Amino acid sequence: MAVLHSAPRFASNEGVIDAVSETISVWLIEAIEAHGEVIFRVERDAVDKVLRILRDDHAYQQLMEIAGADYPSRPERFEVVYMLQSLTKNHRVMVKCSAGEDTPVPTATTLWPNAGWLEREVFDMYGVTFAGNPDLRRILTDYGFEGHPFRKDFPMTGYTELRYSEEEKRVVYEPVVLAQEMRTFDFLSPWEGADYVLPGDEKSRGAPPVAEPKTTEKPADTGAGKKADEAAAKPVAPAAPAQKDSGKGAPGAPDPTSKEGGR
Amino acid sequence: MSMQLEQSPTTEGEVITNYTINFGPQHPAAHGVLRMVMELDGEVIERIDPHVGLLHRGTEKLIEQKTYLQALPYFDRLDYCSPLAMEHSYVLAIEKLLNLEVPLRARYLRVLFAELTRICNHMLNMGAHILDVGAFTPNLWIMDLREDCLNFFERASGARMHSAWFRPGGVHQDVPEKLLVDIGDWLDNRFFQLFEDAMSLVMDNRIFKQRNVDIAVVSREDAIAWGFSGPMIRAAGIPWDLRKSQPYDVYDRMEFDIPVGTNSDCYDRFMVRVKEVYESAKIIRQCLRDMPQGPIASTDGKVSPPKRGEMKQSMESLIHHFKLYTEGFHVPAGEVYVATESPKGEFGVYLVSDGTNKPYRCKIRPTAFSHLQAMDFMSKGHMLPDATAILGAIDVVFGECDR
Repeated sequence: MAVLHSAPRFASNEGVIDAVSETISVWLIEAIEAHGEVIFRVERDAVDKVLRILRDDHAYQQLMEIAGADYPSRPERFEVVYMLQSLTKNHRVMVKCSAGEDTPVPTATTLWPNAGWLEREVFDMYGVTFAGNPDLRRILTDYGFEGHPFRKDFPMTGYTELRYSEEEKRVVYEPVVLAQEMRTFDFLSPWEGADYVLPGDEKSRGAPPVAEPKTTEKPADTGAGKKADEAAAKPVAPAAPAQKDSGKGAPGAPDPTSKEGGR
Repeated sequence: MSMQLEQSPTTEGEVITNYTINFGPQHPAAHGVLRMVMELDGEVIERIDPHVGLLHRGTEKLIEQKTYLQALPYFDRLDYCSPLAMEHSYVLAIEKLLNLEVPLRARYLRVLFAELTRICNHMLNMGAHILDVGAFTPNLWIMDLREDCLNFFERASGARMHSAWFRPGGVHQDVPEKLLVDIGDWLDNRFFQLFEDAMSLVMDNRIFKQRNVDIAVVSREDAIAWGFSGPMIRAAGIPWDLRKSQPYDVYDRMEFDIPVGTNSDCYDRFMVRVKEVYESAKIIRQCLRDMPQGPIASTDGKVSPPKRGEMKQSMESLIHHFKLYTEGFHVPAGEVYVATESPKGEFGVYLVSDGTNKPYRCKIRPTAFSHLQAMDFMSKGHMLPDATAILGAIDVVFGECDR
């Protein structure tokens, strides 16, 4: 496919997969080239070895970023993605591995000092642990925060909110109370493969088939005729008398605002 | 570590031990909400533990709930000192997934405003850096120039700071011809006079040099290993600029130089930014000279909205408009990492799409994360007041660092 976009153009991907795959073939699960990006999916336990080979033998000198991602439907739900950059070859690759909640990923802090904070962030946001990271504290969330907010099953609103309490003269944490329900709009076209039941469409699926269809074969079935005409001709009940304004306010109502009162 | 004073001013045998202080989170030199737990030996910094995240707003999670277009304004609020540079990475990431062609005029406009943003950002950072080390006047002068830039943004997009002007497929609106004339006029007749005046006060100033030269020297190897980018890596003598090495939009048509430092200290970082302003001005002039007429957004009706006039005439345009502003456009499944040269360094967006109208995952690579992490080793052995100079030369903004 011809490249039409104007996103950053680094050196060609040609031959990169072959050259790298050869040296990491033992741990390589899959090498993908899509959308102009080269991605190596490798075994989790060997991530540090793969990164070391890429850094030392293939001149990817810089670790720019470690990203976490959550795919709850997978057996190992998390993905850890390493973005590497080569200053000499002017090229970028991604290395990724999967991880579960209780399967630690080998740390990259032994290779790049800046991996420390990047791993802390993935741990904070997703709960992926990194074996060998000497300082795996939370980094972005509040002191004493519980849970891992970027997981897909963590609610958007969170569980607690904080405010300054005038009585206690300190910040207090309370469970989230929403004045209005959290609004999430789903704008996906229902006719393009929505897998949920549309509002008002509940009966269309799963409703039992009708045993005896209702039909009106004879005029008598319709309910029309002399009887119905008589009932329709009867005068309806007279309207209720209009309420007169007594001049007094309803009991319990506040006094009308006086003009000179105001604030 | 503790040290024994030779002649104790108090009692005999008094031992002064290390002590810990909090720098921030509310400190004017912390450039926002940075809390640094400092271990000091007298006035010498032994260890710094920066605590970030006090401005964490969960931008990446919010983006997962929005359509691609609705997520765009969140990027303005990351690095609020250079909003358009933040948008740039994001729109390019979407375009890369869509493989969408952008008209030439839109690419020129984006480069023009990205460079204006760079000047705008450097005006703020340099002013703050100078202020941090004790000089007051230059900040007042160059803040005036920043104000001019913000006025230009307002004339282009209607908003001074949170422009939301770069859109997938181009830019939101065309600029009036008079604005381009005024930008050129501003560069020719106003900008450099004021800027050079302000810089002449500090560049050769003895106090300014004493506060910056040989502070926080970082070797080339360290700069690479710590994932430095932008002026931080260039000050270390490595001519690495994504605009040059991995050109995007029309940077490959521009002629400009990459200023590099020789000493890799805070003074070099400052001077790299000073020189970058001149290079940005060069790029802006080239954009103004070469910018063609033409459409300012992609002509693909499935991605960029139709013109108002078309909507009154054409049913198809009306449908496109309705669909784009309710459902939004769908992006093919896949993942990309797109990084651009923001004024502060490499600003990257890792975008994962599952083929629907909302991003599945959008990881933002802030520039400050790597730089701030190196704060500990850069400040070790320096004096407490040097920490503000180092922080000023890093150029951190916490909207971006904490996301």
